[in-house]
Amino acid sequence: MTKRIIDHPILGKLDDTDIISFTFNNKEYRGLKNESLAAALLANGVRTLRSHEESGAPRGIYCNIGHCFECRVTVDGQQGVRACLTPIKENMVVTSNEKLLTTVRDWRPENE
Amino acid sequence: MSKVIIIGAGPAGLSAAITIAENGLEVLVLDEYMIAGGRLLGQLYEEPNGNWWNGIKESKQLYEKALDLGVKIQLHTAVSNLEKIDSSWVIYTATETYYTSHLLLATGATEAPLPIPGWTLPGVMSVGAAQVMTNVHRVKPGNRGVIIGVNVLSSAIAMELQLAGVQVACITLPKMSLVTKESGNPMNVMNSLLHVSHMAPSAFVKFGSKLMKIEFMKKMGITFFPKNGVKMWDIPIMLRKAVIEIYGDNEVEGVTMATISPTGEVIPGTEEKVQADFVCIAGGLYPLAELAAVAGCPFYHIEELGGYVPLHNERMETALEGLYVAGNITGIEGAKVAASQGVAAGLSIVHNNGTSNQEQNIKKAIQDIEHTRDNAFIQFHPAVKEGKQKLQHYWEEHLNTVKDMVGN
Ligand SMILES: Cc1cc2nc3c(=O)[nH]c(=O)nc-3n(C[C@H](O)[C@H](O)[C@H](O)COP(=O)(O)OP(=O)(O)OC[C@H]3O[C@@H](n4cnc5c(N)ncnc54)[C@H](O)[C@@H]3O)c2cc1C
Repeated sequence: MTKRIIDHPILGKLDDTDIISFTFNNKEYRGLKNESLAAALLANGVRTLRSHEESGAPRGIYCNIGHCFECRVTVDGQQGVRACLTPIKENMVVTSNEKLLTTVRDWRPENE
Repeated sequence: MSKVIIIGAGPAGLSAAITIAENGLEVLVLDEYMIAGGRLLGQLYEEPNGNWWNGIKESKQLYEKALDLGVKIQLHTAVSNLEKIDSSWVIYTATETYYTSHLLLATGATEAPLPIPGWTLPGVMSVGAAQVMTNVHRVKPGNRGVIIGVNVLSSAIAMELQLAGVQVACITLPKMSLVTKESGNPMNVMNSLLHVSHMAPSAFVKFGSKLMKIEFMKKMGITFFPKNGVKMWDIPIMLRKAVIEIYGDNEVEGVTMATISPTGEVIPGTEEKVQADFVCIAGGLYPLAELAAVAGCPFYHIEELGGYVPLHNERMETALEGLYVAGNITGIEGAKVAASQGVAAGLSIVHNNGTSNQEQNIKKAIQDIEHTRDNAFIQFHPAVKEGKQKLQHYWEEHLNTVKDMVGN
């Protein structure tokens, strides 16, 4: 896990011994116990957390402190969970939200 | 006797909780984050006396002290709504509803984004996001980043990134647009930067403080500001370049920058590409005050305090009975000021609850806030004190209106 800052000149050494595994979009990843899902995925080089519901464009974390909801994912079947506020747990199952059918969109021209 | 409830376990909320518990009242603190400490957690800088302000350590101390005093702190709990029913504040979360007669809102601040083409690409994040990744989670936001937005917060965080071994290619401006006009205008940015110069032990200090005393010299300063920037902590700060676009296929690959005129207009033909695997957007902070708004607090826009703030007095009481505010919800300042406001709010609650007379202590706590403000290392707005005076003026107006209404 080379993306981790193991030694820090002021904050000291990071304890990276307590490792657990979880899955994201059916692929297994390892992270540190109790770290946030957003941090664990980034440490594994994963930046894209979901596709935009309407455009399908890739999205990742933005604010990292729960305000913006850009990092919403599905965790153990629950939708709309913020990856930046959720600590990873052993065997957690995480999936991305994908582009939705756009039949519910209002297609009238003034809403373009 | 109902428990006092505090929303927000940052320095303001925790300090208030400690104060209230010390005076014998029961306290429950609710916070949606995973760790107590709020935005204090990510803070890391060297103070003039050579001590390091380590937000993780400071947060832990506050948290443990509160727990020792019997404060109940419930994390992972987002408050989504509140209302007053009879004489009780009703607080709604996804799983439970809470009731109290004394409610403190200590929800802190949030970051304003700067919409720049490409800003939704994965790898683009707020500068605070990079701070939390680096200092709290100890994961690098990337290997090499560009910071868009030159202000107190972005300068401090650039230094923190560098300290952790993350390369910052440059700190620069966003292209001026209707939305970014303040932060895209070199002159405005230069003005606000003069207040960070004490944090830069380099050429920047001399550059800033010598030249920038007079308007004319400021203009000259911008005009002759080196195109490749001046360096602060070895990071180029560019006031004569702006990011036009963030590019990349599915993820950030870099930014397109161009030279701008002293008033912020892009000079055609000067576009160049700068590679980066992450980009931070630093649009500045504003008070996170939605809960005060749904509660029905009157609000005032006060530039010096960072935006709209709920009306309140020096004792941290809002215009609504039983509702208090403390910390950055009352205006953008550093963590020490937030903590001192928490103490004042805590004492007001103890006093108003009739537990004990705190008149003397409240007076002292108000003075402490002033003192802390005067000695603050980080100041987000140079005229914060004037902002506070404006607010005090609005409060007095409010009291007069109430008096008139009662009189009629
Ligand atoms: C991204 C960011 C970075 C910052 N960096 C610095 C810095 O480097 N140096 C500096 O001096 N100042 C910094 N600040 C300013 C900072 O706001 C103050 O220093 C200080 O932390 C304010 O304390 P507070 O207690 O008012 O709020 P905070 O420390 O922000 O704490 C508020 C708490 O309330 C919680 N909360 C908010 N809304 C809800 C809700 N609806 N339900 C449940 N919980 C909620 C949050 O999770 C948070 O834990 C930063 C602010 C931000 C937003």
